[in-house]
Amino acid sequence: MLKVDSIERGIVIDHIAAGKSMKIYKYLNLDEADFTVAMIKNVVSKKLGKKDIIKIENVLDIDLNVLGFIDHNITINIIENDKIVTKLNLELPQEVSNVVKCNNPRCITSIEQEIDQRFRLVNKEEKLYRCIYCDQAYDPNKQDI
Amino acid sequence: MLKGRHLIDPMDLTVEELESVFELADKIIENPGEYTEVCKGKLLSTCFYEPSTRTRLSFEAAMLRLGGQVLGFSSAENSSAAKGESVRDTMMTIASYADICAMRHPKEGAPKVAALNSTIPVINGGDGGHQHPTQTLADLLTIRALRGKLTDFTIGICGDLKFGRTVHSLIKALSRYENIKFVLISPEELKIPDYIREEILIKKGMGFQEIERLEDVMSELDILYMTRVQKERFFNEADYVRLKDSYILDKDKMSMAKQDMAVLHPLPRVNEISVEIDSDPRAAYFKQAKYGMFVRMALIMKLLGVEKC
Repeated sequence: MLKVDSIERGIVIDHIAAGKSMKIYKYLNLDEADFTVAMIKNVVSKKLGKKDIIKIENVLDIDLNVLGFIDHNITINIIENDKIVTKLNLELPQEVSNVVKCNNPRCITSIEQEIDQRFRLVNKEEKLYRCIYCDQAYDPNKQDI
Repeated sequence: MLKGRHLIDPMDLTVEELESVFELADKIIENPGEYTEVCKGKLLSTCFYEPSTRTRLSFEAAMLRLGGQVLGFSSAENSSAAKGESVRDTMMTIASYADICAMRHPKEGAPKVAALNSTIPVINGGDGGHQHPTQTLADLLTIRALRGKLTDFTIGICGDLKFGRTVHSLIKALSRYENIKFVLISPEELKIPDYIREEILIKKGMGFQEIERLEDVMSELDILYMTRVQKERFFNEADYVRLKDSYILDKDKMSMAKQDMAVLHPLPRVNEISVEIDSDPRAAYFKQAKYGMFVRMALIMKLLGVEKC
């Protein structure tokens, strides 16, 4: 079995749906990181069957808000001195930028590719986001993140 | 304060701010001569990426009547959009020439993109099938003038409710007034979009019903807002043939209506209101076009922050 050491200080992003960790790696801009990051795929999980985990060492100030939009099952543990000091509950961000694309063919973003793809939260209970330009709903059943 | 603000969506202005625009429009209607120079030295840019008669000319007439001047283009072919320039770049350029901009664009959200990149006020003059907030100002000012208030009435909105941007803006704006009941009359495939039904009508607990035939509800309406139903919007010929006459307002249908019902239409009309209705005192659509100019005069003054001298 592959063994990845525990971290003394940093962030553990746990319960990522299996196969989604690379996308999260991208959305958090971890590809540009100059600190240690471990991405572990297909870990056996009681809750999910299989899951992915990302461990980030010695860094605590990453904007994790986007994760609430991507998958609210994800859990975040903040580690200091080898112990979990905080378990963060993910909240739905008020707005997400360049995570999903508007699929309305009449939207200005469909012809001007350089415009930021921005969606705002309009209904928290239903986790409903709409394009800030044309009001098209983001449909997680039709559009993969 | 409305100075420096944009108007992209009808909800960008509070009810109180709307009322301040209407009160100024009332004053302009009463004494137009006192406002002929308030915008002297100011430039309005009309950036119209698709054809328009009423909206563009109404904006231009409004600015000229305030003593300002206008410049702009009236089709995408006559602008750098034909060379592939983005809305953002066009807006950043216009903002260095003009003091205020009115934009129409076939793509939804284009005026929003312009506003996000502009140092001058941007007014949405209609974006695709999305919103048309200044038509809504004209609609509200007309209703207010005819009924004396913007509360307590039943409004029938008839025609293409799916792609009709004037309809979307009007429902949004009216949802903030007391005791308004909506009767939405359209073929099945042209019903209002989900975001209007769920996030405006249902969320705000507005009274509304959706039906297919205008004649079934004529007698209940205080206001009838007509829009055009285009044949090409129907999914099949059979539905079009079955329903087309339901969306044409003629003398027979008017005979079922209340004596004080007002007929509104954002215009242009094609055949959805029979010309014979024009002489009916309840036909208010040409007055509505005139109110549209006055309300745009008031809006321009408010967004520029100019006062009567």
